[in-house]
Amino acid sequence: MSQAAVLPQQVATRRWRRGALARVPYVVIALYALVALIGPLVIDYDPVRTPLTDRLLAPGSQLASGGVAWLGTDALGRDILAQVVYGARTSLTIGLATVLVACLVGVTIGVVAGYARGWLDAVLARITDVLQAFPAILLAIVIAGVFARSVPVVVLSLSVTAWISFARVTRGVALSLRERAWVDAARVMGVPVRSIIVRHVLPFTVGPVVALATLEFALVVLAEAGLSFLGIGLPTGAVSWGQTIANGQQYLETAWWISTLPGIALSLLIINMGILGDQLTARYGQRRTRS
Amino acid sequence: MTRMVVRRLLIGVFVMWGAASVIFVIVRAAPGDPAAVFLGPDATKEQIARLTATLGLDKPLFEQYLRYLGDVLRLDFGESYRLGRPAMEAVFERLPATVDLTLTATAVAVVAGLALGLVAGSRPGGAVDRVVSAATIALQSFPTFWVGIMLVLVFALGLRLLPSAGVGTPAHLVLPAVTLAFPFTAIVARLTRSSVTESMREPYVQTARSKGLSERQVLLGHALRNSLIPVVTIVGLQMGALMGGAVIVENVFAWPGLGSLVVDAVANRDYAVVQAVTLLIAGIVMVLNIVADVLYIRLDPRIRTEARS
Repeated sequence: MSQAAVLPQQVATRRWRRGALARVPYVVIALYALVALIGPLVIDYDPVRTPLTDRLLAPGSQLASGGVAWLGTDALGRDILAQVVYGARTSLTIGLATVLVACLVGVTIGVVAGYARGWLDAVLARITDVLQAFPAILLAIVIAGVFARSVPVVVLSLSVTAWISFARVTRGVALSLRERAWVDAARVMGVPVRSIIVRHVLPFTVGPVVALATLEFALVVLAEAGLSFLGIGLPTGAVSWGQTIANGQQYLETAWWISTLPGIALSLLIINMGILGDQLTARYGQRRTRS
Repeated sequence: MTRMVVRRLLIGVFVMWGAASVIFVIVRAAPGDPAAVFLGPDATKEQIARLTATLGLDKPLFEQYLRYLGDVLRLDFGESYRLGRPAMEAVFERLPATVDLTLTATAVAVVAGLALGLVAGSRPGGAVDRVVSAATIALQSFPTFWVGIMLVLVFALGLRLLPSAGVGTPAHLVLPAVTLAFPFTAIVARLTRSSVTESMREPYVQTARSKGLSERQVLLGHALRNSLIPVVTIVGLQMGALMGGAVIVENVFAWPGLGSLVVDAVANRDYAVVQAVTLLIAGIVMVLNIVADVLYIRLDPRIRTEARS
């Protein structure tokens, strides 16, 4: 593609447009974070309060209390907009917590295994082989299903497999770094292994890890929605998109909005996370490991 | 070649032992007494004690573990307390439905993914390419259970073309299979696109063009053929994710396969069934991964000769 005939200001506009488009995911994700943070302070929602006079109202209907249900209500008269807002908080909290746990565990194991190699590395490889024998969601269903319902158990059940990609990526980085001159130099000067890893290896994993964390976040939020769609994991009383979507399934014919709207909220978040993750992955190298 | 297969099988045996151990740990760490769960809330203390002894739950943990491994080897996971019969029997009864669903979904995903990837990859950077790449991101991002519900809304309730749930006719299979195929179509399309664009730059494609073949013949006969090899691999590698997706999709459509069985079993603490289903799925995924690896070597002449020497 030749750009010889293109005027400089055209290039500038094009670049600006591309730049502006690339920023869309940041804006959307920031919006979700904002809604999750302050939404629950602005909108009141109590899953136990069920004003039955307001049941199955279409989006934009007037409530008995005088308010407007912008996204409609469910079969128990509860506001869908409020469920979407509170669900955002649940999803983002669990997503962040899981990615944090998975990242800490995965990066530690990956860096150490990649730097040390030998039997430690072999053990890591076999552990991941075993954990990947199960579909990730199946393992999460079993773990979250047999233990008591709670948020920490859900985070644990999702982290059990989520750490693997972090370990794999950082292992690769550590493996290539341990042969580099400055690491050799540090080793020769007698710097303790722990300091070499922390000061000379760990900083180089930041880029790929951030890119991976974005993609993992999307996968974890999807998996959590799947769990709560199946009615597994979260304590009763917790509001989540998966649960609202499941509740709407039996009213699909009369009230399409209950399942549809939270699903759109969820899909938009995942799409933007995916695009951002791809952008970051392209910038910080390291192949995408999305499985 | 044979050595590679033997090596893979040995790793497979190790992985199955590990998988069985993971499930043992989870089930034993779970709260609640298995014997009490089995007998229900009306059981007396004596009944529970007797069953605990019969199940060997009063033995040391290590002995229980060895006994459990022996049971796994004989594919004996005990009675399902809810179904009142051996868990493995119930699992094998549900298996065909899951096989139907996953095979159909794989076929849909491969055909649709190849087609999308081919039209996108034949003109990289073009309008079609951009539309397809946007579509693949969306396909991969939608939660499958929500896609299923939306398809029901449109095709079952809106247009009244297809049944919304259950089994019976081939029409019942359409919506679950298409739903399950969504993310995998995207994966196959992405892969096909990149390998088609790559092959289009290869000298043999230039040769094909210069000997006067039409663009269509070049694409289908030369570029696509070569792209099929990585597709075989990715289908094999995605089997785990596909089975995981099936677990969720089956629950959306009340599809009587392993997925709806295992979720029901987990919710009711029917550990015999949970163990049987999870290990069977792990075994299937492992075998299919090995098959994909072997096929990959068989299909690609370059690797075939490499493996032989």
